[in-house]
Amino acid sequence: MNINQVDATMPFGNTHNQLKMNYTAEQEYPDLSKHNNHMAKVLTLEMYANLRDKQTPSGFTLDDVIQTGVDNPGHPFIMTVGCVAGDEETYEVFKDLLDPVIEDRHGGYKPTDKHKTDLNPDNLQGGDDLDPNYVLSSRVRTGRSIRGFCLPPHCSRGERRGIEGLSVEALGALDGDLKGKYYALKDMTEEEQQQLIDDHFLFDKPVSPLLLASGMARDWPDARGIWHNDNKTFLVWVNEEDHLRVISMQKGGNMKEVFTRFCTGLTKIEELFKEKGHEFMWNEHLGYVLTCPSNLGTGLRGGVHVKLPNLSKHEKFGEILKRLRLQKRGTGGVDTAAVGGVFDISNADRLGFSEVELVQMVVDGVKLLVDMEKCLEAGQSIDDLMPEQK
Amino acid sequence: MASSFARILSSKRKVGILSLVGAGSLTVGFFLNREQHVNAGAHVRRIYPPSLVLFPNSAEYPDLRKHNNCMASHLSPAVYAKLCNKTTPNGYTLDEAIQTGVDNPGHPFIKTVGMVAGDEESYEVFADLFNPVIKERHNGYDPCNMKHPTDLDSSKIRGGQFDEKYVLSSRVRTGRSIRGLSLPPACTRAERREVEKVVVDALAGLKGDLAGKYYSLTQMTEQEQQQLIDDHFLFDKPVSPLLTCAGMARDWPDARGIWHNNEKTFLVWINEEDHTRVISMEKGGNMRRVFERFCKGLQEVERLIQEKGWEFMWNERLGYILTCPSNLGTGLRAGVHVTLPRLSKDARFPKILDNLRLQKRGTGGVDTAAVGNTFDISNLDRLGQSEVQLVQTVIDGVNYLIECEKKLERGQDIKIPAPISQFK
Repeated sequence: MNINQVDATMPFGNTHNQLKMNYTAEQEYPDLSKHNNHMAKVLTLEMYANLRDKQTPSGFTLDDVIQTGVDNPGHPFIMTVGCVAGDEETYEVFKDLLDPVIEDRHGGYKPTDKHKTDLNPDNLQGGDDLDPNYVLSSRVRTGRSIRGFCLPPHCSRGERRGIEGLSVEALGALDGDLKGKYYALKDMTEEEQQQLIDDHFLFDKPVSPLLLASGMARDWPDARGIWHNDNKTFLVWVNEEDHLRVISMQKGGNMKEVFTRFCTGLTKIEELFKEKGHEFMWNEHLGYVLTCPSNLGTGLRGGVHVKLPNLSKHEKFGEILKRLRLQKRGTGGVDTAAVGGVFDISNADRLGFSEVELVQMVVDGVKLLVDMEKCLEAGQSIDDLMPEQK
Repeated sequence: MASSFARILSSKRKVGILSLVGAGSLTVGFFLNREQHVNAGAHVRRIYPPSLVLFPNSAEYPDLRKHNNCMASHLSPAVYAKLCNKTTPNGYTLDEAIQTGVDNPGHPFIKTVGMVAGDEESYEVFADLFNPVIKERHNGYDPCNMKHPTDLDSSKIRGGQFDEKYVLSSRVRTGRSIRGLSLPPACTRAERREVEKVVVDALAGLKGDLAGKYYSLTQMTEQEQQQLIDDHFLFDKPVSPLLTCAGMARDWPDARGIWHNNEKTFLVWINEEDHTRVISMEKGGNMRRVFERFCKGLQEVERLIQEKGWEFMWNERLGYILTCPSNLGTGLRAGVHVTLPRLSKDARFPKILDNLRLQKRGTGGVDTAAVGNTFDISNLDRLGQSEVQLVQTVIDGVNYLIECEKKLERGQDIKIPAPISQFK
């Protein structure tokens, strides 16, 4: 592409691609010698040289993709992704970088692989009877992007407001147990704000440098908001890390009900968007397209808060989770510690498995974990219960 | 730079209703198009909902109702509409310039500037916004019809040796930008590295009491780092959202560093908030010598970069060009740490400072509180007076403050001085 044809500009930071062409690739290539993230592992000087004169149609450049990874060298133990998409086309234009990042992050997912989408809750077996003495709450979340709009790192104020407007319109048409209300961050009253905090619904301006460095917090709190149904079991975040984050949750262990509401709500929202001539970003290779490559495919994290005081101290706990393709977190979310033996257990995968498959893994896996906990409580061994690698 | 015709065709936002020329994008008023060109040469349309169609620029105009900064005070919808499709030759836009002000609404008591320049041309291309902001921030200096005097002839200074019973240290700082390279909010990695190279090469040419050494942030050893911390020289990655929202911390710590002379009285920061920040300082009250070294060092560095074909960004309307409009003109802050136990408790202290065109800060710098009775006293103005004039103002003013303190010590009364004129 002739970059002189496109005078697209970036609202944030390092975008002057034409200017950069006055310098060699060596002169522009970032110093990644102290870095440990997926982007840094993959981005050689040669790759940088090959990709740096490209832009997506909206003007997103290679340096825009990698800025967050350059600014955040990473952690020796936690491997961050280090790149983001500014629009749907990013995954195509910069596939030479993103395909290997995706492969590394998503357990060997190849550029030729196809991702299966299945949002039919009838395909889930069981899941309605996780023991509420152990499983305190159940939750499923994902994200959705509206095709034709730039993603949070790159969108203009006008686009972001457009996304908000469309989303509020679609959500406003939901009825039955999904009927609810939208709270714009910049207009909410003190009482509304306090209620949302008490409900643990309110999201705040991102503080993580991983997000800030990619420009997602620009113009805060303009066009950001929270929608939830009257029952407080279905929640949508507008314009936080993605266009939409959709969350279904309730107390107790009826994951089936949570997942059914999740699927029904998402399908309904998608229909409402289509009626207005809009669709979600999706393709058969990457599934649902979101800002961070780690959330591609289903973008789904289905999990429970579950009491496992004995099992969590067992030497094989980590191995068991690994075989079940599950992940543990503290109840404060990613990077928090467990409190009082209560863990957040969720699927480790996002891409390459369908929504039904992932929630099935959670349901089956948590059932087993609770059985193991009960065994250990009764002083019995759990060796017979050890699962195979899924 | 492309003709305005080409600029219309290639600008980021094209209103379907308004842009009819050759782009084949005539709409019937039902949607706002943003046309871009894809690899294959086809057009890709981005579609906004109808509600945003009628007022296309208002769709992008920031919500500044809760804002209190200079940018917000002057960025009307009309000014936004006029400037939002312009870019500097390097591609810097209005939205980039104002991003920091949009993201940081400000404080009811402290009015921040709320915008930055990405390159020298920003001040021209976006003059319709920068000029009123500059006028407000610089106490009435009007870039449209005034000229800024530059004078680095330290021999013109009268006096300048303070009573060291009161003055603990003296310091003068400014900044300089290298013409032809983008400023910290917008520079590419290669440009930033070029700034580092140009400046470090020049500083290596300094001799005598100015001879020194460069410490790159990416390469300094543990010992060097500790020494710089002990000397209070080390600067860290900016955490203030005023700076990070403007993109100045990108790629940290690449191409950032600190240079200082062996005597530790002349210090240069590279690629922090500006291309360079230059600081001359010493303990005690010899402001004269501090300013002499300041001028000599700056002039030497300028000569050395000119030998290689570079120059500083400067023009007679705005003086030295720096990232933040608040630092235009001289970019100079000359100040002392001075102990004024009695005067600081006198109710007339603020008015005296005001009339002397001085500003007080805590000894930790801007927005810190004073510790004990020691204050950082410096010039209020930056633009519209020369370096010599501003330093003289500080010298005369601090002497007056010390005289007041001495009078109060002796039980005598003090007078509020007549206000000194701002633009000489």
